[in-house]
Amino acid sequence: MKVLVAVKRVIDYNVKVRVKPDNTGVDLANVKMAMNPFCEIAVEEAVRLKEKGVASEIVVVSIGPKASQEQIRTALALGADRGIHVETDEEVQSLEAAKLLKAVVEKEEPKLVILGKQSIDSDNNQTGQMLAALTGMGQGTFASEVVVEGDKVNVTREVDGGLMTVALNLPAVVTTDLRLNEPRYASLPNIMKAKKKPLDNMSPADLGVDIAPRLSTLKVEAPASRQAGVKVADVAELVDKLKNEAKVI
Amino acid sequence: MSILVIAEHDNSSLKQATLNVVAAAKAIGGDIDVLVAGENCGAVAEAAAKAEGVNKVLVADNAAYGHFLGENLGELVAEVGKGYSHILAAAGTVGKDFMPRVAALLDVAQVSDIMRVESEDTFVRPIYAGNAIATVKSSDSIKVVTVRPTAFDPVAAEGGSAAVEQLDVVKDAGLSQFVSEELAKSDRPDLASAGIVVSGGRGMQNGDNFKMLEQVADLMGAAVGASRAAVDAGFVPNDMQVGQTGKIVAPQLYIAVGISGAIQHLAGMSDSKVIVAINKDEEAPIFQVADYGLVADLFEAVPQLEEELKKVM
Ligand SMILES: Cc1cc2nc3c(=O)[nH]c(=O)nc-3n(C[C@H](O)[C@H](O)[C@H](O)COP(=O)(O)OP(=O)(O)OC[C@H]3O[C@@H](n4cnc5c(N)ncnc54)[C@H](O)[C@@H]3O)c2cc1C
Repeated sequence: MKVLVAVKRVIDYNVKVRVKPDNTGVDLANVKMAMNPFCEIAVEEAVRLKEKGVASEIVVVSIGPKASQEQIRTALALGADRGIHVETDEEVQSLEAAKLLKAVVEKEEPKLVILGKQSIDSDNNQTGQMLAALTGMGQGTFASEVVVEGDKVNVTREVDGGLMTVALNLPAVVTTDLRLNEPRYASLPNIMKAKKKPLDNMSPADLGVDIAPRLSTLKVEAPASRQAGVKVADVAELVDKLKNEAKVI
Repeated sequence: MSILVIAEHDNSSLKQATLNVVAAAKAIGGDIDVLVAGENCGAVAEAAAKAEGVNKVLVADNAAYGHFLGENLGELVAEVGKGYSHILAAAGTVGKDFMPRVAALLDVAQVSDIMRVESEDTFVRPIYAGNAIATVKSSDSIKVVTVRPTAFDPVAAEGGSAAVEQLDVVKDAGLSQFVSEELAKSDRPDLASAGIVVSGGRGMQNGDNFKMLEQVADLMGAAVGASRAAVDAGFVPNDMQVGQTGKIVAPQLYIAVGISGAIQHLAGMSDSKVIVAINKDEEAPIFQVADYGLVADLFEAVPQLEEELKKVM
């Protein structure tokens, strides 16, 4: 079965994010970029399905500027077979990303689409669910286990109260949570091999999708910063302060 | 303006988060209806009808909604919600699951996890794990919005007397089935709405040691949380994770024990009123946000804390 994995280029999760002084966004100039951590987990899950003989082909798709090719190449080095780059320098919001992915799904007809549950830049947690709705597929969101059995996939989901398992008809959409797997690193020979794997390039217009954003960002500010407080000498002082100064116990 | 709030519940009781979302709806202004979708959820509908500021409660009671499957709820809410100007739900795992489906079916954007209402179409929300706060304006005719419950003080649970109306809309998308669930059972308060939270991190070393935190928590009527590292290591279950990708908490008092204070953890607790950190590394970043920091070995400090609390509680 064919698996489609969507990956996004985002700020590296170790980078300290700084808001631009003019409050138009965050400063991404000369900042290290990487594959969104949840997307890495999505790629890893697809590769494991291929290693188990469940997946036959892994197609990786990314939407974004030219540089997103780096993330596609990373996924190819990790074991994806072929890449699709939907290239645009415009901001692509979740609904429009879902529409672009829908167009790719219609071309590729994968049995399973795996995405990260959220990207660590916009923190929206929307695209997978929107894609599932637009394509009429079931969705296994926040997955911590994915088991394909015949024409169904059982997905164990991390929910507020614990864990919940659902069975979805294939084709289906899965979005990854942190504990689905631990992604591997790409080896040097595989990085070299990935350079020769096929990578298709197309534009949103080629896919017939209008990507004009519906939400406009009026301003971006730094969060109210907390002041570091005081160090207490011992537990007795701590309890005294909590009781008599902060009055929270 | 007319606002549809989707109730969060477990078929037997209304979750407090619903009252926080109604508060967000009040901040937008307009008539507020609450949709209770579930199975055998009559008691929930009655509770919702008593909440302050609710105009009408709509009930969709059917097996198709019993496990809150996103495919079915998505279709139901898109159908019922299309006559409203706003559709709101709590940004918990249920809302996060079905609301984007609603938005996609209505061909509108979703505004996720709002912390403040600026006006009927403009909302404030965290991005980059809360390292930046964005003000966004929606140009869509229907605003589909998920709400961060801790950012809005709940409306009163009692006092209202809304009419309750049964809906006979049954949407079973036939795409998914519930198989099983493993729900954590705890007598402690709910993590997301507890007044005091005691959380442990990798420094706890194992699951057994969390008992020390539980004893301290029980003295104060607190909930117990954890860092991702503690969950990943298998010390405690996933529903205890606090952070960017776990639960968002904002208690009166948050006690972080053996937690370093990574930005992804801070994203889930930095709106707490008072933060206490117990960590043996005085350079740990958690001390930069802590009101009271104790540099100590937790294996000495936590038992002492239990003793001291016994004296004063
Ligand atoms: C995409 C993504 C999402 C994430 N989401 C989350 C999230 O939602 N929540 C979350 O928490 N993390 C999240 N993380 C992980 C986060 O980056 C950190 O790795 C994690 O929070 C670290 O947990 P910790 O503080 O328990 O462990 P560590 O960073 O290892 O810290 C352990 C601390 O314990 C102290 N300690 C050890 N022994 C003792 C002792 N005996 N006495 C006192 N102190 C002691 C140490 O000094 C240290 O400061 C995410 C990461 C990524 C990439």
